[in-house]
Amino acid sequence: MIAALAFYFFAAILIASAVMVVSSRNPVHSVLFLILAFFNAAALFLIAGAEFLAMILVIVYVGAVAVLFLFVVMMLDIDFARLREGFQRYAPVGAVVGAILFLELLLVLGSWTFADQSAELRLSPNPGGDVTNAMAIGRILYTDYVYLFQASGLILLVAMIGAIVLTHRKSTASRRQNIGAQVSRSGSVLLEKVPSGAGIGTLGIRRPPVAEVEKPAVTHDAGHGGHH
Amino acid sequence: MDAFLASPIGILAITVAQTLALLVPVLLAVAYLTLAERKVLAAMQLRRGPNVVGPFGLLQPFADAIKMLMKETIIPSGANRFLFVLAPILLFMLAMIAWAVIPVQDGWAIADINVGILYLFAVSSLGVYGVIIAGWASNSKYAFLGALRSAAQMVSYEVSIGFVIVTVLLCVGSLNLSDIVRAQERVWFFIPLFPMFIIFFISALAETNRAPFDLPEGESELVAGFFVEYSSMSFALFFLGEYANMILMSALTTILFLGGWHPPMHMEPFTWIPGFVWFALKIALLLFVFIWVRATFPRYRYDQLMRLGWKVFLPFSLVWLILTAAVLKLAGWLPA
Repeated sequence: MIAALAFYFFAAILIASAVMVVSSRNPVHSVLFLILAFFNAAALFLIAGAEFLAMILVIVYVGAVAVLFLFVVMMLDIDFARLREGFQRYAPVGAVVGAILFLELLLVLGSWTFADQSAELRLSPNPGGDVTNAMAIGRILYTDYVYLFQASGLILLVAMIGAIVLTHRKSTASRRQNIGAQVSRSGSVLLEKVPSGAGIGTLGIRRPPVAEVEKPAVTHDAGHGGHH
Repeated sequence: MDAFLASPIGILAITVAQTLALLVPVLLAVAYLTLAERKVLAAMQLRRGPNVVGPFGLLQPFADAIKMLMKETIIPSGANRFLFVLAPILLFMLAMIAWAVIPVQDGWAIADINVGILYLFAVSSLGVYGVIIAGWASNSKYAFLGALRSAAQMVSYEVSIGFVIVTVLLCVGSLNLSDIVRAQERVWFFIPLFPMFIIFFISALAETNRAPFDLPEGESELVAGFFVEYSSMSFALFFLGEYANMILMSALTTILFLGGWHPPMHMEPFTWIPGFVWFALKIALLLFVFIWVRATFPRYRYDQLMRLGWKVFLPFSLVWLILTAAVLKLAGWLPA
C-alpha cells in the first residue's frame, strides 16, 4: 500500500518535472527540473529494490553530468527572444517530424512481444539468494559480458580523445609554470629555525642567498627581500 | 510495547528518536567546532581567542547564533528569490542527511544500507549544488565567480576521491559502511593504504572548500565568494553547513582508514572505552588537522589547484588502485 502510494507520488513528480524541463522559460530552471526528475527516477529505482542503480544514477547524472550542464547553461549568454523568433515558421515542419516519429514508435510497440518470464522479472532486480544487486550487476557486466563492456569502454575513450583533439589549441602566448624546475631550483629558499613565540623579528630580516642565473634579473628594493 | 514498536507508527517513532539522538550531538559538535577553530587558530598565532562569553569563552557559539538570528535578512533586488533562499537550506540539509548511514558503533547506524558508501558519495557530490545555485541566484559577479570555481574544484577532486574509495572497497568486498569498519578489526587501512589516506584527506579539504583550497570564498579576491550576498540566518546556514561537512568528511575518513569504532588495540585499558567515544576521538583528531592546515598553509592558486587534482592525484590514485588490485589478486587476499 505504502509502496504503491510512494510509487505514484514519485512518478507524478517525475513526469511533472520532465514536462517543466521542456516548457520552462529559464534554461537554468530547466536544468534544475532535470535534476529533480533524476532524483525521482532514483527513488523509483529504490522502490523497485535496485539500490545500486539508484545511487549510481544520483552520483553520475546529478553529481557530475547535470553539474556540467548547469555550468554551461549559466556561462552561455543565450538570447532567448531571438531563439524563439522563427517559431511560427518552423512549427509545421516540427509537427511533421514529430508525427513521423510518433508513427514509428507506434509501429515498434505494435510488434513488441514480451518474454515469457518478464512479468516476474520486472520488479525483482535481485537474482535471489543473498546476492546484493551490486554483485548481480557486477557478475553480468564483468563476468558474462566482459568483452562487450571493454569494447564500449574503448568506444567512449575514442570519443573522448576525438573531442580533445578537435577542441585543443596549442597556445604559444601563455607562459607555463614548470613546477619541477621551480622546486629543484636551490638557493632561493631559506629555511630558518625560529624560536617559538619569539617570531622572525628576533632574527632580523634576512635576504635569501643570491639565486641562480635562470631567475630573471629583477631589481629588489631593500624592503622586500624577506622570506618566502 | 513490542507490538507498538513493530507497527509503522512505532518504527517511525524509533527512527525519529534515533535521528534526534544523532543530530543533536552533531549540531552541538558543529557549534563547538566553530569555537575550537577560533581557539586553536588563536593558540597557533599566539593570541587568546574568544574568552569573554562564559568560562573560557564556552558560550561564544550561542552568542554568535543569537546575534545571527537577530540580524536582518537581506535579499538583493536582482536575485532569484526562490533559489536564493533554497541554496543555503539545500547545503545544510545535505550535510545533515548524510549522517543517516554513518555507523557510530557496531550496529548503531540509523540506516545500515547495502550501498552506504555510495549514498555518502552521492550526497557529498550534491554539495556543489548549494554553492553553484547560491552563486547564480545572487546575481552578483563575485558570487558567480566563486560558484564557478567551486563547481570545477569539487567535481575535479571527486574523481580522485572515487578512486580512493574503490581502493578501500577492493580490500573490503562490500559497500556497507559497517562491513568496511569490521574489515579493519586487525589493521586499520591507513597503514597498508597510507598514500591513499593522504590523498583522501587532501581531497576532503578541497571538497569542503577549506584552506588551502578555499578559493570559492577567497576573500582577498572575491570578497567572500559565493555567499557574499547572504546575511543573517541564510549566511549562518552556509557557515554551519561548511562545518557540518568538515565533521562528515572526518567521519568518512575515520570509517575508511582509521578503523571507525575500533580501539587502537583490542586489549584491556582500550576496550573499557565504548566504541562511539573512539569514533568521536578520531573525528576530533582529524578536525584538529583541518584547522592546523588552515593555520599553516597559504591559499593555492587556481591553476595549481587544478593541476594537483588532475595531474597528480588522479594518475597516482589510478596507479595505486591497479597496484592494490594486483597485490590482492596475486596474494589471494581478495575478499570473497
